[in-house]
Amino acid sequence: MEGKPKITVDGLMKAFYKKQGSVIALEDISLTVAEGEFVCLVGPSGCGKTTLLRILAGLEQPSVGSFTIATETNNRPLQSMVFQERGVIPWLTVRENVAFGLKMRNLPTAFINERTDFYLKKTGLERFASLYPKELSGGMKQRVSIARAFANDPEILLMDEPFGALDEQNRFILQEELLSIWAETKKTVLFITHSIDEALLLSDRILLMGAQPGKIIEEIVIDMPRPRKMEDVRKDPEMATKFIEIWRHLQEEVLKSRE
Amino acid sequence: METQELARNKSFEVEQREWKLRQRKERGKQLLTIVSPLFLLVLWEVMSRTGILDIRFFPPPSKIVQTFYDMIVSGVMAKHVGVSLYRIFIGFLAGVIPGIIVGLLMGLYSPIRHFVQPIVMALMPIPTLALLPIIIILFGIGDLSKVVTIAGSVFFPVVINTAAGVLNIDKIYLDVASNYQTSRWNFFFKIALPGALPVMLEGIQMGQAIALLTIVAAEMMGATSGIGYLIWTSYKAFLLPEMYVGLILISFFGYLFSLILRALQNKLLPWR
Repeated sequence: MEGKPKITVDGLMKAFYKKQGSVIALEDISLTVAEGEFVCLVGPSGCGKTTLLRILAGLEQPSVGSFTIATETNNRPLQSMVFQERGVIPWLTVRENVAFGLKMRNLPTAFINERTDFYLKKTGLERFASLYPKELSGGMKQRVSIARAFANDPEILLMDEPFGALDEQNRFILQEELLSIWAETKKTVLFITHSIDEALLLSDRILLMGAQPGKIIEEIVIDMPRPRKMEDVRKDPEMATKFIEIWRHLQEEVLKSRE
Repeated sequence: METQELARNKSFEVEQREWKLRQRKERGKQLLTIVSPLFLLVLWEVMSRTGILDIRFFPPPSKIVQTFYDMIVSGVMAKHVGVSLYRIFIGFLAGVIPGIIVGLLMGLYSPIRHFVQPIVMALMPIPTLALLPIIIILFGIGDLSKVVTIAGSVFFPVVINTAAGVLNIDKIYLDVASNYQTSRWNFFFKIALPGALPVMLEGIQMGQAIALLTIVAAEMMGATSGIGYLIWTSYKAFLLPEMYVGLILISFFGYLFSLILRALQNKLLPWR
């Protein structure tokens, strides 16, 4: 891993308190993500990957430990999150949704319009700009969510299974669109998925997580040259080996959690 | 080859015939909907003219329509309707506006909710009409006592629905707002208010219906004008056609108000 560290997580622990006692969701998580790196967190459901992302997004407080997000200029928001399917606000039009982060920061209107137009165009949403989300397909809604996060121009992007609810064709299309926008902006991305294919296609590095309590158990570097296409990933024998490696790890974790 | 063609044409024809039949049935149902109230009116007319219905209690609809017309011409109608509409309008606003404000505060701030909720729950089951004697003592027999009575009745459904509307906003939108560093002000106007609006408008719709119920009853006691007064005095003087005119007015305005509120709902909630 080269480049300056952008996200540094140090000894993070998170416990949830319930009626029956406390549950440790994350245990001693330490990781660094370099500037401009695309990192996927892969793990079985319930391994705390969403909790980790929510802590970085400022939506939860860690019980122990800390994290830092390196900043260069101080007029940029630290992070923006692309949420799972329902994150698009239904009472705002596509345009207002994309402009949401910028508007909340009270930036000049001309600037907001320019930036919004740019990302509407980039994500192919121009024609739908004045529609409300109810009129959009699932794939289009996630495009809105992605455009909103990129338009906000944060230091890092956090993505919580943004394509989880899409059908396979749409998923492939959006993955490639995401990669092309990412390649232009060179943002640092931390991306959650439970799809191994998705992780292999997108990542520079995959962090495998184990469950109960959630911890990082393995790191896999994906050095396949970019730009990548799904066909190339499927054809590459080295990637096939990596797929099986990850698959075995996840299976172990799932079996362990059944005991 | 030709027989195949023929068979195809044949089946197409059958399909078309079936489609026409379905359309005719559909039209038939619409006709039934229009005919049913007319049928009832004709039946009423015939029965009260032939003496099957007691004409003293059920004057024929034609007589009621005649009375309706006479009351418009004499200006009596305008006076009563004007007074009632004025009271409903002011009372409705005086109930809805505080209802929205208190409801939003309850939904947004849980200490306020925990403090106010028991009071609202305790006061809600008391019919405002049961308090009418006290209201008349306090506010007199003029417009003010009616306005207060209506406001008191409208307030509760609006408060409860507004608070519920805020509380039912999907948590993910709160996360989105917090992730994009929404200020308190923006949170209120971009998330809480529009998110609560659908349920809030249901409460206002309910309040509207209650306002009409209340005005009639409130004007029956200690009033000198209004639709409720018209109904009550006509009844006491045994002027039943006039009383029926009053009932028709209430029915008409109830229908009109819900149409207006539906239109408002469609206008305010284009995203639904």
